[in-house]
Amino acid sequence: MRMNKDFVAGARGSLPILIGVIPFAMITGVAAVSVGLTFFETVGMSVLVFAGASQMVVFQLMTAGSPWIIMVLTAWVINVRFTMYSATLAPYLQKLSTWQKALLAYMLSDQAFGVSMSHFVTAKEEVNHRWYYFGSALVIWVAWQISAIIGALLGSLVPASWGFDFAFPLSFMALMFAALRDRPTVIAALTGGLTAVLAKGLPYNTGLVLATSLGIAAGYLAESLNPQQGAAQ
Amino acid sequence: MSTVSIWLLFLAIGLGTFTLRFLFIYLFGKIEMPDWLRRALRFVPAAALAALVFPALTHPTGHLDLSLQNFRLLAGLGGAIVAWRTRNVLFTILFGMALLWILEAAFGI
Repeated sequence: MRMNKDFVAGARGSLPILIGVIPFAMITGVAAVSVGLTFFETVGMSVLVFAGASQMVVFQLMTAGSPWIIMVLTAWVINVRFTMYSATLAPYLQKLSTWQKALLAYMLSDQAFGVSMSHFVTAKEEVNHRWYYFGSALVIWVAWQISAIIGALLGSLVPASWGFDFAFPLSFMALMFAALRDRPTVIAALTGGLTAVLAKGLPYNTGLVLATSLGIAAGYLAESLNPQQGAAQ
Repeated sequence: MSTVSIWLLFLAIGLGTFTLRFLFIYLFGKIEMPDWLRRALRFVPAAALAALVFPALTHPTGHLDLSLQNFRLLAGLGGAIVAWRTRNVLFTILFGMALLWILEAAFGI
């Protein structure tokens, strides 16, 4: 029963990373309630979207009174990274029905990608990749949903005077530093950040999309001018 | 925001996000992701997250404020050191929030 063994191995592989997943999911639940979502809406969003950083972005934009379309576009931009994970994992998740692929894709997270890929690259014995990934992703999904529910229940206990909305930029900051790997990514971040400050006055928070685009362009350019550094990535 | 538009918002974000997750698993063997796109996508998290963080610190009330009275900027810079050293969301939030409360308690009006 090779497949069950790999499913369990994947589930186990995800356990250490839950130390990061559980508090972040709880914070997302607390944050949802703090911007006025009901318990049911919080759980619904958590299941439908299942991507913490983009959910936090939506909360921040809700407090700023941004229009609907900007919230949708910004959340998509934050989640564009999943196409990279999806493309990298694709060769390991074949020989499955479209529905099975869809289920595995739905459960894709930063952590499931990280745990699975590092196992696939380093494992010496033969691995059933689909089952390993499924075990890993499922554990993270279940832990995320339960923690988000706990956060939503705790959220009503957090008074507005605590200024909890400041937790949004702080959480993005930690995620941002984790994304800084080399000089081009630092240049992308500095360009995006400074452009966003200068473009803050633009209507409907459109500065965010502009700043992100310029940041990507700057990073891409920096890497093209110094390709050796990019190749090391 | 009305209840209906809240759910439509979640549905739109959720469907788009699912498509981003599913696209290249589904298209494998049919269409490969072009190299230039893969290279550009690498910069999305750094650029997008910085674009969210910087103005939240420099424009806490909607206006540019680089003074020492801007406690969110000061607490954010403190949080940045923790974020840089630990890359941990929880530690960064705990430290940044604590710093903000201390500044407001000590120097706030």
